[in-house]
Amino acid sequence: MAFLELKNVSKGFGANGSRAEVLRDINLQIEKGEFVAIVGFSGAGKTTLISLIAGLLKADSGNLTLNDLEITAPGPDRGIVFQNYSLLPWLSVFENIFLAVEAVNPNWSPQKKKEHVEKYIAIVNLTPARDKKPGELSGGMRQRVSVARALAMNPQILLLDEPLSALDALTRATLQDEISRIWSEDKKTVVMITNDPDEGILLADRIIPLSAGPGATLGHAIQIDIPRPRDRKAINHEPRFKEIRREIIEYLLNSKGEHHATLTKKLILPDIEPEDLSLPRHALGGRTKPIRRREVKEIEVSA
Amino acid sequence: MSDYLVIDNLTKIYPTPKGDAVIVKDFNLRIKKGEFVCLIGHSGCGKSTVLSMVTGLNEITGGGIILAGKELVGPGPDRGIVFQSPCLLPWMTAFENVMLGVDQVFFTADKAERKQIAEYYLSVVGLADSMHKKPAELSQGMRQRVGIARAFALSPKMLLLDEPFGMLDSLTRMELQQVLIELWRRDKKTALMVTHDVDEALFLADRIVCMTNGPEAEVGEILEVHFPRPRDRKAVLEHPDYYKLREHLIAFLEERAHKKLPKTKIDLPKSSPPQNPNGSAHRKALNVLLNHA
Repeated sequence: MAFLELKNVSKGFGANGSRAEVLRDINLQIEKGEFVAIVGFSGAGKTTLISLIAGLLKADSGNLTLNDLEITAPGPDRGIVFQNYSLLPWLSVFENIFLAVEAVNPNWSPQKKKEHVEKYIAIVNLTPARDKKPGELSGGMRQRVSVARALAMNPQILLLDEPLSALDALTRATLQDEISRIWSEDKKTVVMITNDPDEGILLADRIIPLSAGPGATLGHAIQIDIPRPRDRKAINHEPRFKEIRREIIEYLLNSKGEHHATLTKKLILPDIEPEDLSLPRHALGGRTKPIRRREVKEIEVSA
Repeated sequence: MSDYLVIDNLTKIYPTPKGDAVIVKDFNLRIKKGEFVCLIGHSGCGKSTVLSMVTGLNEITGGGIILAGKELVGPGPDRGIVFQSPCLLPWMTAFENVMLGVDQVFFTADKAERKQIAEYYLSVVGLADSMHKKPAELSQGMRQRVGIARAFALSPKMLLLDEPFGMLDSLTRMELQQVLIELWRRDKKTALMVTHDVDEALFLADRIVCMTNGPEAEVGEILEVHFPRPRDRKAVLEHPDYYKLREHLIAFLEERAHKKLPKTKIDLPKSSPPQNPNGSAHRKALNVLLNHA
């Protein structure tokens, strides 16, 4: 049996009459030490999926098991990094992480807890900001705290819910490299949700597209057999990169292409020219109708 | 004269208490009628400043802009603008938001024809079913579709797009790029778009203008993109030159980025004499940009 296993998991919201099916027949198997990226549209149900794994939501049907134990509630064996950081604003970087460490390891000596927290602050390169509050940190730094907090609990599996979506392109690239480095150091099992195929291909061992909702389901998983470390620039030469990228993008765009407008009304676009609003009204010279494009052409020909 | 839009020695200076901050300096660009040009560069490099001067929403300090043989003074409906956030009036439906501008520029047309114009563009961008909804009932992607419809419905001489898809996730972005490029092709518009997304620029543009980092931003290099039109995403991704161009652009952006990111630039020794009388202002502007990034 796989380390993390989802079997025929479905989830919907709402009462019987107005029920919206979000996820349908999700099957997923993740081995220990694997880095899996799940990529899909916003609104497809990616966060619902990770909340199910985290135990924050209950599936309507199907089974979820981690290490052969059924997932019924949230627990410290699963570390989560949210898109919106979810830090306590009145606590410093150190205190935010300390809170998690204390909750998981209440029996440790105060000295051990402190050293443990400081080790993880150092891993995410935040030692200089140790005593700052979240409000004094940039988005990228806040997300580092969130990553350190999840890692410090020493979870069996790390769940990343669009961790970098709220950051600008440059910070995003830096943090991608950092996640890649941290992961290669202790090879944790990671499930990352993202809306960026490039991010998934750069970081993961396996990338799985989630089709567009409602009733989203996982597509065919693609093994990313591109050697590590992967360089953002050099990867453009890699024929496998192009292939995987194309396959993922095609799958996702096709999964969305099915819904079309139901209104079939004949559309008419009048061939009229806009008026020049910078001219005074009397410049129209008494003309009260708009100029038709076909009339413009005639003028040009005769001139 | 085959140049439709001429930007000549465009300069933008903001006076600060410590002297002038030169954001854009002697920016030159010529765009032909029907061309799609992308301006690419990092946040804070001044690309949006250039665009906002073309829209007329930002005052020009030096140089000038000529569109279709007429110098631009102030904003006007001859330029359709798509902003990063769609800027819709929240108490009006999508249809009413589009009609607002249409009623102005087509005031000589009758009501029925104006209505047809708004309905046409809202349907073409995929909102036939939701054009009578208010912005709050629409997703971010749908709101930006309204923004695109509103810009095209004015039948402008030129389209100006300021990171129109920056707030959308990368897949919704691809969908909207398709919507945009189809409308652009159908209406044969001239377009200038600001973006920092390399794939977006490659998919849409005839030419990509790379801007150097500000302050004193200018044209770094211009890349011609020769993928056949009409473009199909699959065909573009499979084009033998695609990844070559992509790598080139990423390298350009990374090199420029590294120039300003390392601490060496931030920790300029305080004792070193300024390079010119405005040196400290430059450094201040640089630091502002750095902190912003």
